[in-house]
Amino acid sequence: MIAFSPTEEQTLIAETVKRFARERMRSVFREAEESSELPWEVVNKGWQLGLLSAAIPEDYGGLGDAQPTVTGALAAEELGWGDLALALAIMVPGLVALPILYAGTEEQKRTYLPRFSDEGYPKVTAALIEPRFRFDPAALETTAVRQGNEYVLSGRKAYVPLAAGAELFLIYAAEKGQTQAFLVERGAPGLTVGERERLMGVKALDTYELALDGVRVPASARLGGDAGIDINRLLNHSRVALAALAVGLARGAYEYALEYAKNRVAFGEPIAQRQSIAFMLAEMAIEIEGVRLSTWEAAWRLDQGEEATRECVLARQNANAMALMVADRAVQILGGHGYIREYPVELWLRNARGFATFDGLAMI
Amino acid sequence: MPIEFKTPGAIQQVVSMAQMVAEQVMRPKAAYYDEHEHEIPWEYINMMWPIVSQSPLLGADDSRNGHGEAERKRSPITNVRLIHIVEMLSWGDAGQYLCTPGGNLGAAAIAAVGTPEQKRRFLSRFQGEKPAWGAMAMTEPQAGSDTSAIKTTAVRDGDFWVLNGEKIFCTGGRLALEESNGLVVVWATVDPKAGRAGMKPFVVEAGTPGVTVTKLEPKLGIRASDTASILLQDARIPFDHILGSPEVISDTGGEKGFKGAMKTFDATRPIVAASALGIARATIEYVKHLLNQEGITIRYGAPLHQLSAVELEVMDMEAQHRAAWLLTQKAAWMMDMGLNNNLEASMCKVKAGDAVTRITQKAVEILGPLGYSRAHPVEKWMRDAKINDIFEGTGQINRLIVARRILGYTSRELK
Repeated sequence: MIAFSPTEEQTLIAETVKRFARERMRSVFREAEESSELPWEVVNKGWQLGLLSAAIPEDYGGLGDAQPTVTGALAAEELGWGDLALALAIMVPGLVALPILYAGTEEQKRTYLPRFSDEGYPKVTAALIEPRFRFDPAALETTAVRQGNEYVLSGRKAYVPLAAGAELFLIYAAEKGQTQAFLVERGAPGLTVGERERLMGVKALDTYELALDGVRVPASARLGGDAGIDINRLLNHSRVALAALAVGLARGAYEYALEYAKNRVAFGEPIAQRQSIAFMLAEMAIEIEGVRLSTWEAAWRLDQGEEATRECVLARQNANAMALMVADRAVQILGGHGYIREYPVELWLRNARGFATFDGLAMI
Repeated sequence: MPIEFKTPGAIQQVVSMAQMVAEQVMRPKAAYYDEHEHEIPWEYINMMWPIVSQSPLLGADDSRNGHGEAERKRSPITNVRLIHIVEMLSWGDAGQYLCTPGGNLGAAAIAAVGTPEQKRRFLSRFQGEKPAWGAMAMTEPQAGSDTSAIKTTAVRDGDFWVLNGEKIFCTGGRLALEESNGLVVVWATVDPKAGRAGMKPFVVEAGTPGVTVTKLEPKLGIRASDTASILLQDARIPFDHILGSPEVISDTGGEKGFKGAMKTFDATRPIVAASALGIARATIEYVKHLLNQEGITIRYGAPLHQLSAVELEVMDMEAQHRAAWLLTQKAAWMMDMGLNNNLEASMCKVKAGDAVTRITQKAVEILGPLGYSRAHPVEKWMRDAKINDIFEGTGQINRLIVARRILGYTSRELK
């Protein structure tokens, strides 16, 4: 069938996350941004919502959602509405758990996955992006070379979230030209966490460069064992996650601009009563809904086990452009106030621009 | 029912039938009817009539027994199925699709506001031996989007109404009035001072004295379809040809007749959106086909620095097409679920009108000398496409409706 109604369970999850976003994230996000510090109490609470655990099958200690990616998209939209930096922080453990779930060997799944259903926020992270404009997830410059029973990793990574406190790293590297992933423990000789990065937005989330200087890991650290990984499949799960977060961010900016336009009086009436403003809002609403449905469809195809690269790529690209357009218009509708940091829309504009860069930085 | 995107088998079946018609009957003649404006595509019409008259696909699903509500409940995919068929036929040729025999917009209005007796009386012709058409006449020379400015009058004279005025831009008016025993639902005012409250729909049947088709408009596209001017000169129709109540009800009383017309738009806008998206899909497929012949395939997921401008354009076309099609499916699905889809109907119409306009215009550019040439179909699709951003509510009117809905404004608060 063709149907657009989430199940009761999904609606319940989305509403729970929505309440969390409104009550916990929205009360702290500006201060977190200005201070460049994660409010860990909120991140921990967000983790305890158990969204990742719900997506992990019961065999590995989770709850085993039947439509994990669709449910993930619904939840990610709400988190994205709350705040992008906090949402990404809450989702970081998934950057390790989900690749293990989708590509790991049975032994890797049994070893690592149960810890992702714990109450405590797992101190893990993943490193995919590299600091160069020609960055291509399918053609990495970081290399993995097999030497006997070990792999030797060399290269530089960037945008590695929460690396300073991470105890386990999932590091993507090219082995014979193919992108593979390796589980690396903290303290491995040659692994250096660099300076904290200074970004345009999502400032509350600390990200780092990572240097790999001949880091040796046992052959068993290769994700998926001999079979390795299909990076594109993992990227598809990232693409829909980013698209869903973008929908949430855009919805937040749209709702804010709409309320503002109804209350801001110019020339004797609310500016929303002018077509120039009202039409902008109408187009924002239409584009948000179009991308939301495209994201749901891509997520649904992944849950069906279909090859859905085209749908995932298009949903994400459209989401990037849409979020930027909506956030920009929100700033425009607020006029001078939109440019001021006492209002949230300038922050949303800076965050929206990030979606095009955040390959692999969120996953569902 | 969870979130799902699987086209049901019952729809797939009827879509593959429509695909056969589109490929074998419509496509081979599409250029011909574009070049021979206002020639009637009888091959297509005669092929479709036995199907349409047996199981009304295109609008008149209430006509059988006057128990439309009950029927709709038994068939929860009516609207979703309909938009799939329309999309496929428009992929074949939008001009010929608009000549599809049946009750069309006229029957939709009768089905929406007519009494069971009126439905039986007026709609049975759409199951007859010979093709028949229904049409709707609203627009006048001085009243387009502002429908409340119409001047055509209906004056009661005993058991009759006497209609006077001029209607323009009536899609299929000639097929309804001159080429078949069809009907046109004509909007007229029974009280010019009452504004919308005075506006009423009247069923005008083919052969009514005083009703003449005076002009067929020459058009940018959809040239197989006639866009008729209709002159009403003391046209007398029986009193019970009025749809809905004859009384002028004040604004606070509910504007029943006018609202009835507006309600039919909730059903017809997703259909127009679907037609737009059939053209858009045809265009994207054609562009990709020609690019493939030149060895260009679209590398989904390749990083930006590797992609060509053409690849980016095609991806954007596909993304906009998909978003518009999903919005359209949702609007139709909501109707099937019995939900109010007024907002979604306008949303999908805006998006589909924008998408098909942009996609077809871009396609002409991308294909360069081939795009602009009449030896290829893309320039025709660009011309056909544009009407979808205009009829059944322009892109601007639909933006206005969306804006009022999301802002909670009345038509007085947001003009």
